[in-house]
Amino acid sequence: MRALLFDVTKCIGCGACSEACLESNRLPAAAEPAANLGPDTFTVLKTLPQPSGEEAYYRRLCMHCLDPACASVCPVGALEKTANGPVVYHEKPCLGCRYCIQACAFNVPRYEWDSLTPRVRKCTFCSERLMRGESNACAEACPAGATMSGTREELLKEAHRRIAEAPDSYVNHVYGEREAGGTSVLVLSPIPFDKLELPLRLPAEPLPVLTFEALSKIPAMVGAGSFLLAGLWWFTRRKEEVALAEGKTNKNAVSRNRGGEK
Amino acid sequence: MNPGQLFRRLIWRLLALAILAGGAYAAFVRFTQGLGAATNLSDTYPWGIWIGFDVLCGVGLAAGGFAITSAVYILHIEQLRPVVRPAVLTAFLGYVLVVVALMLDLGKPWNIWRPVVMWNPRSVMFEVAWCVMLYTAVLALEFSPNVFNRLGWQRAEKAVKSLVVPLVGLGFLLSTLHQSSLGSLYLILPTKLHALWYSPLLPALFFLSAIATGLGMVIFESSMSARAFGRALEGHLLAKIAKAQGLFLGLYLFLRFWDLGWRGSLPPAFVLSGAGAMEAAMFWVENGLFLLALGLVLAPQVRQNSQYRFWASVTVIGGFLMNRLNVSLTGLEAAAGVRYVPSWMEVSVTASIVVLGIALFALAAKHLPIFPPETPHALPSAAPQPVEAGHHA
Repeated sequence: MRALLFDVTKCIGCGACSEACLESNRLPAAAEPAANLGPDTFTVLKTLPQPSGEEAYYRRLCMHCLDPACASVCPVGALEKTANGPVVYHEKPCLGCRYCIQACAFNVPRYEWDSLTPRVRKCTFCSERLMRGESNACAEACPAGATMSGTREELLKEAHRRIAEAPDSYVNHVYGEREAGGTSVLVLSPIPFDKLELPLRLPAEPLPVLTFEALSKIPAMVGAGSFLLAGLWWFTRRKEEVALAEGKTNKNAVSRNRGGEK
Repeated sequence: MNPGQLFRRLIWRLLALAILAGGAYAAFVRFTQGLGAATNLSDTYPWGIWIGFDVLCGVGLAAGGFAITSAVYILHIEQLRPVVRPAVLTAFLGYVLVVVALMLDLGKPWNIWRPVVMWNPRSVMFEVAWCVMLYTAVLALEFSPNVFNRLGWQRAEKAVKSLVVPLVGLGFLLSTLHQSSLGSLYLILPTKLHALWYSPLLPALFFLSAIATGLGMVIFESSMSARAFGRALEGHLLAKIAKAQGLFLGLYLFLRFWDLGWRGSLPPAFVLSGAGAMEAAMFWVENGLFLLALGLVLAPQVRQNSQYRFWASVTVIGGFLMNRLNVSLTGLEAAAGVRYVPSWMEVSVTASIVVLGIALFALAAKHLPIFPPETPHALPSAAPQPVEAGHHA
């Protein structure tokens, strides 16, 4: 499975990744680099002023979770985690319920709010390029080696090697190794990850597990519920029949209401 | 009708027309310029009042339908039979209006049928879509005898009535599933939904509060119809419903506070200022209403008095609305870092849907045999024996 490793310490803030992304995805080029993710901006480079007076840079893009919440919540399966790594979006069946946008813990998917045939938009992980055997456009364009493309195993190993080699330069954590069950985009940083707009308190289990726990009870609930209903129906009817046969009116029988009405 | 009444009615109708005109204009903007122009939604806050109120509250308020039909047809609680029709009518209208709201809220509403063919069983939304679809069909069938009766289509009326028990059973299962699943929708947001509302028990809490509120709606509607058309249900029936409501409300509140306490999520309820104070206040408005409602229906004096009973049901409904809006709107603001205030167009569409619901209910109550005094003998009946016996007695 393919993955990306982004290392904040190596990024020089040139923005070549964003430009390559626009070009590769045939997105309209803007005069100014976009400040935030948008329907036509799949990745964005952000500047973080440091206490030392220097600047650090970080990227925002889809994390391509191993078990993505967006794909699990979509009622028509319009989002799909492909075997190769990319989480891709199929626009044709999409209803536009926007549950994917709501469910994403990384606040990544964007919506075409001003369109009459709106689509959900986000980084494609260059799935078409990967299928052609090429690597991700942003990684290929990076002159500083800050964004690297490779297999997830390779990149995890590399990330841990970098931390071990220079433990003082990094937070001792590879972001994306375990977050929400793991992601295909891995991040190394000397700055706490929440400053990079990455949530810190994500569970280690994939988020879809949370909803699946409720959903998986449904078949049993339907089965047990059907039996219970049939049983209650039979039992309460039988009680009335017996009461009638004994010539008494049951407490629940209609007679009292009707009698009361007159 | 005296001139005063005529004048009041005129004012109400003009107000309704003004709201509908606003809603129609908002719908026009939404379908010609897109969701962005009509709503205050954004990528960080993708669901607004069309989901939070129209869908979540709409479906919950319609829960009286399955609660009452199950009580009568499954549990054979015959005394509640006169309530069946208004409860089914409310539920049916509720679901139809939920679908109307979805047609505005969905980005590509013409794809609304796609969950039928594109299956994703891991999705709560997929399950909700199926349940809502099937249950709306069940409600249409449950309601249809009233229309067939009016049209004089006796064979169709008879055919549907013979199916009523399985239909009601199916309706119970479908309702249980999606009433709770509307809560499950939010289980995937552990980092986004505020601790006062996020809970693994959301499905159970949604289910219990929907039943309590659905019963409250039956009382509410009966009182409103009494005022509007002089048609209502008997007081002792409504007192029984209020009692059942107390049971479900008590269960709900016990579970709600036990859950918060057990998971250590109660401290955020006592934040008095700064970040989190707004959430704490909303939490207490919601649960204050629920607690007050419980206190009210526990008192026999309240249950027996039509005026007090009406206000108790209003309190339950108020608490319920607060709860659904808190889960779907308030509880998501802090994580999104936005303060969501619906646009006037969102508000006017929602208000139009409410007006439409009231107008359709009034129309149906006037022209179809919904309330008992009109046609006490034409009630759909699957278990005729007890009814017959009643007449002999």
